[in-house]
Order: sequence, then structure tokens, then C-alpha cells
Amino acid sequence: MPAIAFDQVSKTFSGTRGQFQALREVSFDIEEGEFFGLLGPNGAGKTTLISILAGLSRATHGQVRVLGHDVVRDFAQARRLLGVVPQELVFDPFFSVHEALRIQSGYFGLRRNGAWIDELLEGLGLADKAGANMRQLSGGMKRRVLVAQALVHKPRVIVLDEPTAGVDVELRQTLWQFVSKLNHAGSTVLLTTHYLEEAEALCGRIAMLKQGQVVALARTAELLQRASASVLRFKLDTPLPPALAASARVTGRIVQLPAPNAQAVEDILASVRAAGGMAEQVEIRPADLEDVFLGVMEQRA
Amino acid sequence: MRGWTTLFLKEVKRFWRVSFQTVAAPVLTACLYMLIFSHVLSQRVEVYEGVTYTAFLMPGLIMMSVLQNAFANSSSSLIQSKIMGNLVFILLTPLSHRHFFYAYVLSAMARGLMVGVGVWAATGWFGGWALQAPLWVLVFGAGGAALLACLGVLAGLWADKFDQLAGFQNFVIMPMTFLSGVFYSIHSLPDFWQGLSHLNPFFYMIDGFRYGFFASSDVSPWFSLAILLVALVAVAALTLRLLAQGYKIRT
Repeated sequence: MPAIAFDQVSKTFSGTRGQFQALREVSFDIEEGEFFGLLGPNGAGKTTLISILAGLSRATHGQVRVLGHDVVRDFAQARRLLGVVPQELVFDPFFSVHEALRIQSGYFGLRRNGAWIDELLEGLGLADKAGANMRQLSGGMKRRVLVAQALVHKPRVIVLDEPTAGVDVELRQTLWQFVSKLNHAGSTVLLTTHYLEEAEALCGRIAMLKQGQVVALARTAELLQRASASVLRFKLDTPLPPALAASARVTGRIVQLPAPNAQAVEDILASVRAAGGMAEQVEIRPADLEDVFLGVMEQRA
Repeated sequence: MRGWTTLFLKEVKRFWRVSFQTVAAPVLTACLYMLIFSHVLSQRVEVYEGVTYTAFLMPGLIMMSVLQNAFANSSSSLIQSKIMGNLVFILLTPLSHRHFFYAYVLSAMARGLMVGVGVWAATGWFGGWALQAPLWVLVFGAGGAALLACLGVLAGLWADKFDQLAGFQNFVIMPMTFLSGVFYSIHSLPDFWQGLSHLNPFFYMIDGFRYGFFASSDVSPWFSLAILLVALVAVAALTLRLLAQGYKIRT
């Protein structure tokens, strides 16, 4: 039985300015024990899909099941199995960290949860903040509490919606260590992120969403193979010739272009020179997930 | 203990943490009304035979405080959670819409009744603590608190901003409480206004509650109870329905 099953999920929002279709017949399964990545540009429908999974939103058509439990008809069981870290940095200003976790346990009917709460506080580096009021915490600390709150009932399926957006390196590492440990112990993890190197490092399989549709779904290794074998990277002070600009990834002075073979490398450098430019610090590297991602997004444009 | 009792206790803690503002302040306000109105009007008005104006005013003030605070608790808690976004912590749990309803309504009733007991204890210095029919006091106090707690949930769900909620409070709840006979018997009103008052469900709550103090009232307490129950069942059913739909909280 899949940990999460999305079956023909569509979602249409009706507003004052007409209708907007956020998801179009999204179908895929995530197996138990997987570390699964859900990628896509802003507005692709990632958060909408997760909201439907979590019961915060209702699908217009289709079904979602968590370990066989329908998220609408059998919502109580589905939510017991699911731990969701919301994207927004929300908190209840009335309570301390420890109280917030005890209250969250209570909602799930768990009374003697102290040992697990202590383990969460320890594992997420919150032990010395347990008595602090939520208002006094920094953004990073609030994010850790959100993770702890999502895990307080030991869910078998963990959903992290952009948990590392605007978060410092230390927290990212703490977070991934802890979540990987839970994954090794058998928990299924569904992650959405904008940091593609993170998805590449952590996720066994990846789905890419664009305009509410699944445009790629494969093992991370296969996706990487699918990309052009290598990438030519160089620095350039003059503008890129228009013919190259279309397929280039430009970050300030750094230009990166797919270059499957030696001929392609020569052609690129030749056209840069013809335009009066001088490529510096030239190197060739293997393609990464970001190249795949950009390739997939471009194809479907 | 079940999951919803945690939500109930959390909601009680929420107002109790700031009890100076949520319990003590409304008691003080009621005492000020008592002091001023009874001082100005005690020589001029005798509403029921043998009942001083001060004594007459007391149950009205108590009930008004119960109603306003029950409404304020559920409505402000909900809108704060909606605006802060922390309502998500409840929405992600297995708690059903009924659990949500019990927790918010019962905690709002707890605040309303707590304030009511406080006002009764404080204003008793002016008008006496005697209750002729305490069971009626309890029934109308709890029933009225429940009705306003439900209305508070409705308003909290509906409002997107604090000023919409304030509008509901100032333009619906306040006029209905003030024009329900808190400060006077409607028998002292001209026919037209008397007729109009009979259409105000708040009038029956206050009149029935007052019956518990003096064993006399403008209309029969049984009739008032019937009106209260009909209103309560209708408003509770609507509230439960909207919660089940996830009105404005689940998209």
C-alpha cells in the first residue's frame, strides 16, 4: 500500500476574477519509506497539493489517501498518520515551546508524551529554549518548533513544505540530520523545496510540477542521466550572443550552458568570441538537478 | 481525556493568562454602571413592587456581562488564530468540526459565566446576593452564554479583519443587549417600543435571568426559555454546519 496516493487530483479556485485551475488530474504514488521530492516553480501547485493532502483544502475532483485512508472520508485516521510542517512561519504567542508541544500532543489524544517531546527538543536543538515564549524566538527557532509540532504524534508520513526557505546553514543541517534519521527508521518523507541541491542530495525520487501538472516523475538518478551529459561553465563580462542566451543559466557573470560533446563546447566558445567576448575560467562539469529542472520547465513552456 | 478537551483547556488558559483584561476589566465596568445608574436613578424608578432599582439593575448587568464576554471570547480567539495563521495547528489534527465546536463554545461559556459570577459577587454589595430561584439563574446564564458563544464562533469565522468583528459587536450585539431591558423594564416603554422589544431574543434571556433573582418578570420564564432554546438550536445548527463545511477556514 502506498504511503501517499494522489489519484486524479484537480483543484479549481473560484474567485471574483474568474476561475483558476491550480491542479490538473495529478496522479502519483509515494511508497512507504521513500524520501520523495516535489519540485516546481512558484505557483506550480505544490502547496495546493500538500494542503489537499493535509485536509486544509479540498480537491475539486479526485482522491488522496494516506496509507489507505481517504483524507476526506477517513480524515481522523489520515491525519494521525500525517505530520505536516507548514510553509508559513506561524506560532501561538500565548504559550512556551514546551507548552505548544504538549498542547499539540493533546490534540492527538496523547497525554504521556514527555519522553518523545524531550527527544524532539534535543534532536532539533531546542532543549535550551523549551521554557521560552514563542514570541521571543528567532525565525529559525520558530521553524524548528514547527517541525517539532508536526512530529509530536510520531507520524509515519512526514510532509515538509519548503522547510528551509530563508533558514541558516546550521538549522538546515540539524533538520536534515534529524529527518534523515526518521526516514532511516522507516518514516516516509515528502519534501517540497526550491533548493535543488537539497532535493538532489536527499530525495530518492522526484516529481516536477508545472502549472498544476506533473511534467516529470522519476528516480533522481534517472533524471540526472536524462540531462545532457555535461555543462560548460565560464565567466563573461560582455553580453551573451542571443542564440546562446535562450538555453543559458546566467548568474551575474557566470554563464552555464548544456554541452553534450566537444563540438558543442567549441561552437559555444566560437560564437562568444565572434560576438567579441572573452570566456574566462572555463570548466566543464556534470549536469545537476537544476539543469534537469530548467530543461523540463523549458520543454513544457 | 480526549483530544478536544485539550483544545478546551487551551482556550481557557488563553483567556485566563490575560484574566486582568478578560475577567477583571468587565467586572469593573459592570460595577461602574451599577454605581452611576443606581445613584442617579434609584430615587425615581421602581420597576417591580418591593424591588429597588439597584436590585433590579443587578441581574441585567450580570447577564449583559455574561453575554458580551462569551461572545468576545470565541470571536476574538478565532479571528486571532485565523489572522496569525496558527489555526493550522488545530486544522491538521484529527479533531472533527464537532470537537472544535464543543471546545470553543464551552470555553467561551466558561469566561462568560466566570465574569458573571464576578459581577454578581461585586454588585451584591449594592443590591444583595439573594436569589429567589437559583436554578433559573443557572439555566438562563448557561443558555445565554452558549448562544452568544455560538454567535461568536459564527462572527469569528465570517470576519476577515478585526474591524469587521468590531462592527458586528458594535452594531449587532451591543444594540441588542442595551435594548433588551438591562436598565429598565419594558413595561415602562411606549407600546411601539414594547412590541419591538418582544422581537429581541436578548430581552427573553435577560427577563428569564431576572426571574431567577426576584421570582417575577415581564413574561413567563418558561416562555423565555422556549425562545432561548429555539434561538440556541438554530444558531448552533448553523455554526456546526459552517464548521463542517470548513467555511473560510478550509479552502
